[in-house]
Amino acid sequence: MTPLVSVHKLRKSFPGVRALDGARFDLMPGEVHALMGENGAGKSTLMKILAGVYRKDSGEVLLDGQPVEIESPAHAQALAIGIVHQELHLMNHLTAAQNIFLGREPRKAAGLLLDEDQLNRHAQALFDRLNLVLEPTTTIGALTVARQQMVEIAKALSFKSRVLIMDEPTAALNNAEIDELFRIIRQLKSEGVGIVYISHKMDEIQRIADRITVMRDGSTIATVPAATPMSDVIAMMVGRKLEQTDKAIPDTSGNEVLLDVRGLNRGRAIRDVSFSVRRGEILGFAGLMGAGRTEVARAVFGADPIDAGEVRVRGKPIRLTSPQDAVHAGIGYLSEDRKHFGLATGMDVESNITLPSLKRWLQWGLFLNRPAIHAVSQQMVEKLRIKTPSLTQTAKLLSGGNQQKVVIAKWLVQDCEVLIFDEPTRGIDVGAKSEIYKLLNALAAQGRAIVVISSELPEVLLLSHRIVVMCEGRITGEVRGDLATQESLMALATQRD
Amino acid sequence: MTQATSHSSWLARLSGGQAKQKLLAFASLIALIAVFTALKPDAFMTQDNIIGILQSTTVIGVLAIASTFIIITSGIDLSVGVLMTFCAVMAGVFMVNLGMPMPLGIVCALGMGALSGCISGLAITKLKVPPFIATLGMMMLLKGASLIITHTRPIYFNDVDGFDQIALGSLIGDVIPSLPIPNGVLIMFVVAAVCAVVLNKTVLGRYTFALGSNEEAVRLSGVNVDRWKVIIYAFSGGLCGIAGLLIASRLNSAQPALGQGYELDAIAAVVIGGTSLSGGVGTITGTIIGAFIMSVLINGLRILSVAQEWQMVLTGLIIILAVYTDNLRRSKP
Repeated sequence: MTPLVSVHKLRKSFPGVRALDGARFDLMPGEVHALMGENGAGKSTLMKILAGVYRKDSGEVLLDGQPVEIESPAHAQALAIGIVHQELHLMNHLTAAQNIFLGREPRKAAGLLLDEDQLNRHAQALFDRLNLVLEPTTTIGALTVARQQMVEIAKALSFKSRVLIMDEPTAALNNAEIDELFRIIRQLKSEGVGIVYISHKMDEIQRIADRITVMRDGSTIATVPAATPMSDVIAMMVGRKLEQTDKAIPDTSGNEVLLDVRGLNRGRAIRDVSFSVRRGEILGFAGLMGAGRTEVARAVFGADPIDAGEVRVRGKPIRLTSPQDAVHAGIGYLSEDRKHFGLATGMDVESNITLPSLKRWLQWGLFLNRPAIHAVSQQMVEKLRIKTPSLTQTAKLLSGGNQQKVVIAKWLVQDCEVLIFDEPTRGIDVGAKSEIYKLLNALAAQGRAIVVISSELPEVLLLSHRIVVMCEGRITGEVRGDLATQESLMALATQRD
Repeated sequence: MTQATSHSSWLARLSGGQAKQKLLAFASLIALIAVFTALKPDAFMTQDNIIGILQSTTVIGVLAIASTFIIITSGIDLSVGVLMTFCAVMAGVFMVNLGMPMPLGIVCALGMGALSGCISGLAITKLKVPPFIATLGMMMLLKGASLIITHTRPIYFNDVDGFDQIALGSLIGDVIPSLPIPNGVLIMFVVAAVCAVVLNKTVLGRYTFALGSNEEAVRLSGVNVDRWKVIIYAFSGGLCGIAGLLIASRLNSAQPALGQGYELDAIAAVVIGGTSLSGGVGTITGTIIGAFIMSVLINGLRILSVAQEWQMVLTGLIIILAVYTDNLRRSKP
């Protein structure tokens, strides 16, 4: 059988980076082919070349055995290659149907006017095919991230795609939604669509994939059957064996309570939430998307107004009117959406690291003290092992894991004693993940109080000394880290009113 | 199920969507009129004054419509006022200096507007100059060009038969003598109606919203973003040409020094009308209401004999207040 797509010796360089260096890959009809590798391994670049977002420097792309030069996203679509990007690319102000058919709107009145009815009928037909209950006229901004993802998939399919590329499609989905996605993937598979599935989640790949191609440093390491033991796949990805982080829960019961939250309320999003974290403790927050965990974190950080409640840091109540108050009291918040909230992506590494603590790096209270900024940033880069060519590298050019470390660094420089991590490893590869885990443990061991919010249960279980579970804005339970199981957490996370 | 969903989306659209903003803006307009009527009933609510208000809104109204398209794409056009003047000047060049017949002269003048918009669009897309700078440059360039072409002297349309009738004549008054609404007003409303259709029912309108909503997503959908941006700026430039003809017809001359500052009034009208400067949201109805709020306010204050400098202060306050109330509405789900 001729592969739908095959790629030979593909090379692609960006200024200062060789993203692809002889990548190989092939995709059969009706196959789910997982693409794995650490961040920066070249997976996304390879897929963006197939989707016409980037042009290759050299090498060959064959479609049904015929060489093609994919020139633009429109050209890729014409060749029946659809892509669901890692970051959602939707227009919030338009409806689901308008989003899906952007650029291909059905017309009427001799092509002068848009035929909105036909547009909605086409979208409805797509949703029916995917067994998706969704009104085509719903505005995208009003949908949950999971539903937006489904719209992206419907859009990719609307090009009658024979090749469908999914880049981290489950990053924002809960278990039920993942099941729904997999049902759709299996259906497409049976229709002969070839699917490229990029993910860092091992369990998902074993459930859904037929073959796995591992990439490292822009090259293809190997293509193996999906049944290959995951430890072997990981070893190929990182080029070394990863040691499991040992879990021993330290006794922190006698330590000072650093963060104490009582009776927090905000509309229906946060309902009577109380918890406390002691020095040296890692408190996990588990729950489904939309359970209210991020809302709690933002409220504690002063980023959103609250209706009622009290937050004490080291026993002293703090006013919750702005992040400034929270930072002043020693609370650092690492947002789930680094690009939007955590990082000034256009600024360089050292500017980001010293942003919250800038007042301390002034001469005569006015001028930036560059040598001091350099020194403290250098110290952080070494301490957290941030991989960057220089301190003046623009933050957006770093990989996801290193961006996250930059955000951590800025709160460490500020000497925050309470650190709230919201999805600290989202979009980060396994190698970088285990480094972030080690870092969190080290921070707790140094006497800081750590709050970790994560939608990945294995991650919560691995890290937390104590786990609080939320559902629909309430805390539904609290479990000791060494006694909790995925099942017990899931039961609490779905304990609705 | 379907019934319930469509019902709730209809409700959501009415309560959370743009309808509420329009209602709010419209209510403010009515309130303003009511206040001025109460304070000066015999001077404000007269036919002459109302026609005066309508007449004074036409040029800013059309310019604001042109700006609405640009602002919905999350761009900005600082050149609309001066472009209007440039088109008026070019109308003079075509009809007076070159002696073209009026219909041809009109088409050519509008063409110059579209061409100028096209140049702004190309500077923004191909040269990657941010809209603020590109149109600031165009503003200075066009102002200079108007002064050079006219040798800084106005061009009078005295010999162009019927030119002043474009804005000042009254087709409605010919039919209903008791209702002498000038053609300029009629033209503004026709432009508004056509543009509302363009914005909501055509591909150009769809891409206008889409670009302001998420430009990268539009690019990745395979749409030629650069081309559509140029088309939108050209379309908006053509509308500025209509404003140019209206003002030239009303003054029966092209005044080359006029126009600067109009762009800010236009932007104010757009923003009061609920169009978001961050893009993706906006309506023509809102813009027209915004334009009327501005001119009713100025007219009313003038009738109350408020000094011109205080008119400016109050207008400034009203603009800030209008956007503030809009923000309040948005932050409450």
